[in-house]
Amino acid sequence: MKAIHNLIQSIKPHFEEGGKLSRFWVVFDSLETFAFTPGHVTSAGSHVRDSIDLKRTMFLVIVAMIPCLLFGMWNIGHQYHLSLGQSSDILANVLVGAWKVIPLIVVSYGVGLGIEFLFAGMRGHSINEGYLVSGMLIPLIMPVDVPLWMVALAVAFAVVVAKEVFGGTGMNILNVALTARAFLFFAYPKQLSGEIWIHDVATSKAGGMLVDGYTGATALGHLAGTVGTAASEASAATMSLFADGGLFSLSNCFLGLIPGSVGETSAMACLIGAAMLIWTGIGSWRVIASFLAGGLVMGVLFNLIGANAYMTINPVHQVVMGGFMFGMVFMATDPVSAAQTNTGKLWYGFFGGLFSIMIRVFNPAYPEGVMMAILFMNVMAPLIDHYVIEANIKRREKRLTVAAA
Amino acid sequence: MDKSRVVLVRSFELWGLPLRPENRLDMSKTLRIKKGVDIRLAGAPSTECAAAPAPKLVAIQPPDYPGLTPKLAVKAGDAVDAGAALLYDKTFTTVKVVSPVAGTVKEVVRGAKRRIMSVVVEASGEEKHRDFGVWSGGDRDALVAHLAEAGVFAGFRQRPFDVLANPSDTPRAIYVSGFDSSPMAASTAVVLEGQLDNLQRGLDALSDLAGSGGVHVGLEAGDSALAGIKNCKTTSFQGPHPAGNVGVQIHHTAPINKGEVLWTLGLQDTINLGAFLKTGKYSARRVVAVCGSEMESPRHLKTVSGAKLADLGLKVNDGSRVISGSVLTGTTAGMDGYLGAFATQVVALPEGHDPKFMLTEGWLSPGLDKFSASRAYPTWLMPKGKTFTLDTNQNGEDRAFVVSGQYEAVFPFDIYPVHLVKSIMVNDIDAMEKLGIYEVAPEDFALCEFVCTSKIPVQSLVREGLDALKVELG
Repeated sequence: MKAIHNLIQSIKPHFEEGGKLSRFWVVFDSLETFAFTPGHVTSAGSHVRDSIDLKRTMFLVIVAMIPCLLFGMWNIGHQYHLSLGQSSDILANVLVGAWKVIPLIVVSYGVGLGIEFLFAGMRGHSINEGYLVSGMLIPLIMPVDVPLWMVALAVAFAVVVAKEVFGGTGMNILNVALTARAFLFFAYPKQLSGEIWIHDVATSKAGGMLVDGYTGATALGHLAGTVGTAASEASAATMSLFADGGLFSLSNCFLGLIPGSVGETSAMACLIGAAMLIWTGIGSWRVIASFLAGGLVMGVLFNLIGANAYMTINPVHQVVMGGFMFGMVFMATDPVSAAQTNTGKLWYGFFGGLFSIMIRVFNPAYPEGVMMAILFMNVMAPLIDHYVIEANIKRREKRLTVAAA
Repeated sequence: MDKSRVVLVRSFELWGLPLRPENRLDMSKTLRIKKGVDIRLAGAPSTECAAAPAPKLVAIQPPDYPGLTPKLAVKAGDAVDAGAALLYDKTFTTVKVVSPVAGTVKEVVRGAKRRIMSVVVEASGEEKHRDFGVWSGGDRDALVAHLAEAGVFAGFRQRPFDVLANPSDTPRAIYVSGFDSSPMAASTAVVLEGQLDNLQRGLDALSDLAGSGGVHVGLEAGDSALAGIKNCKTTSFQGPHPAGNVGVQIHHTAPINKGEVLWTLGLQDTINLGAFLKTGKYSARRVVAVCGSEMESPRHLKTVSGAKLADLGLKVNDGSRVISGSVLTGTTAGMDGYLGAFATQVVALPEGHDPKFMLTEGWLSPGLDKFSASRAYPTWLMPKGKTFTLDTNQNGEDRAFVVSGQYEAVFPFDIYPVHLVKSIMVNDIDAMEKLGIYEVAPEDFALCEFVCTSKIPVQSLVREGLDALKVELG
């Protein structure tokens, strides 16, 4: 530790102004502060400060994502072997998953941090930690077989357009990771609705190795096909997938033994993450709880309407399918793009959950309703806060008129 | 009052939900302040109270008096008695700041733009007081003039703006906080020893000065040190810091509205006010808690305000930071510095110049010795009695606002702190007014600054906002 410190200090002059490598100061500075919390002491105001900093905060979010990441890796292998009708062990599954996921992570961090360094260098500020989380979130919401160049493009778009043009970490309006996903969704709709949810499913299909009846579509993809026909006329084959024993049974959806984006499939892993975020106080329980409530309420309402098979799905089943849980725990809780006031968070979460289910059922062209819903609520969050704060201001004004009367 | 409302209000109280003052059932009841945090620092003072040696040097430091534009009433070399004016305010020329001791003016220290930073008096050791005469009663204006002339009035602050009070105002009410809830604060019982008569005399005088709202004293729930005080309203407060901040106590009893003026006075200043009226001699008595992890035998000391810290016989570890005032709001004085005019603590903390390696002491460490108001380190699971040694490291770098809900958890006002701070950052006067800046002082934001993940200098921002608004309103 002392040796590392000495090493850093010995090369520091090269990066300081006038040094040969001064243009890389940002890189050096971020690595130095990454390794050592700087010896900055307080000069004004409170003499002591809380031990928490942005690095610790972001690190805890990443820790909360680990269950999703690990389960996602395993599930990629599991789905792959399932599609081939082969049995497999944990190690084989994880190896297939790691083979797919690690390149995604490398591309995401490589491109994202590269752009961050560029902007930080241009603007002369230090690297903010925001991308540490975004960079892990993006691989987890990608389809398994998404081409890496698409990921790189999506990351570049998201970091530049969703974040840096607004001024960097803390200034963005939209969630960065969801912007990356939305970019792919709108820029490459064909590829994203294709057979990329299970590793190599297209090749397997062409080779005739696929298990009979296996389509490689996600739960939401199947259900989107039922929209437009009455509940009673929905294909029995499709609906049987969602019954007990089917691929998309409640228990399979909850555990995550279904095709989907890398990290989103397991509601259980997401809930473990949620528990960690709430327990450490990093994620807002208000957002998470109200988001869940919103989703369940919409599910119940759809049950009451029951116009098609999609609407008749059990609300609990609705919320454990697709990206709902992942969005609820890791996307909606992003403190920068969410509502800032405690009351606002409740409204923000509730409508986020409500719209997630509404969009996926009403508009089969957007099976991933949670993405659209959260991005929409990101845009609405300042408005929600505005009304919450207006109410506070009104309260104060009312007090004044009472006092004057 | 109908029964259902009683049940509703009771359940609000039980769950600690915010209740507007007018909805409360019983005004003398204990108020529970839920928001806030007690920073559990090592080195809290014992209840022992010793008399410090008489200081050789004493200083009056104008920056201790926000809103005061100092004009010199003396020059270096002048002989002064205790109670003789050293400074007066440029706007309210009757308001004097006086010498705590008898002696000679040693020097006038000036800072940037020739701003007066301090007037240093070399104590002669004699008990020579300027005699203002025992106050035998009179009208309000005469009392204000009497206090202003003797330097006592300079201790009054007004809300809004948390600045020197205007002697021509009649405040709606005068608030005195009967306890200090900041970390390692001086104990009210120790401060009050033998001073109850003076305090009562001070409170009586305040009730002559206050308008219709009278005098209000905030008590610490469960502490009987102030039991029996008369001529004032009292409310007990229970809960973590900042429950002892006078701003919090105002907000939870009768919040300030636009256009109203309240005055506040410190507990010890109220005692000194009483002593002054009784004897006609200015009293600069100050009981301070000398404390902190780097202070040898933390305890209480009896001295005078403005005393040179090196003269107090303190033993402080080498290389530590010596603060006049609390760790949250005080100023770095050093042993060569002076006790602030309103400081009731001298704290010694370790400096935090050493970089912290991420795995062992930094952001990736287990952090079993790291105090945090958040739950990001496991120390929140440890017993409440455990204390922590905090150094002056900022524990992170400056960032933009990222985390939300953090300030709100330690800010017991019906005000949105982050939005108020942001309105100050963009100098939006209209928004500042609407968001409730009239009710707050920088000290009320001290914990926001402490807990801030992004290390934003909140207290100085709030001071800037208050100053900007004051200029705007003329």
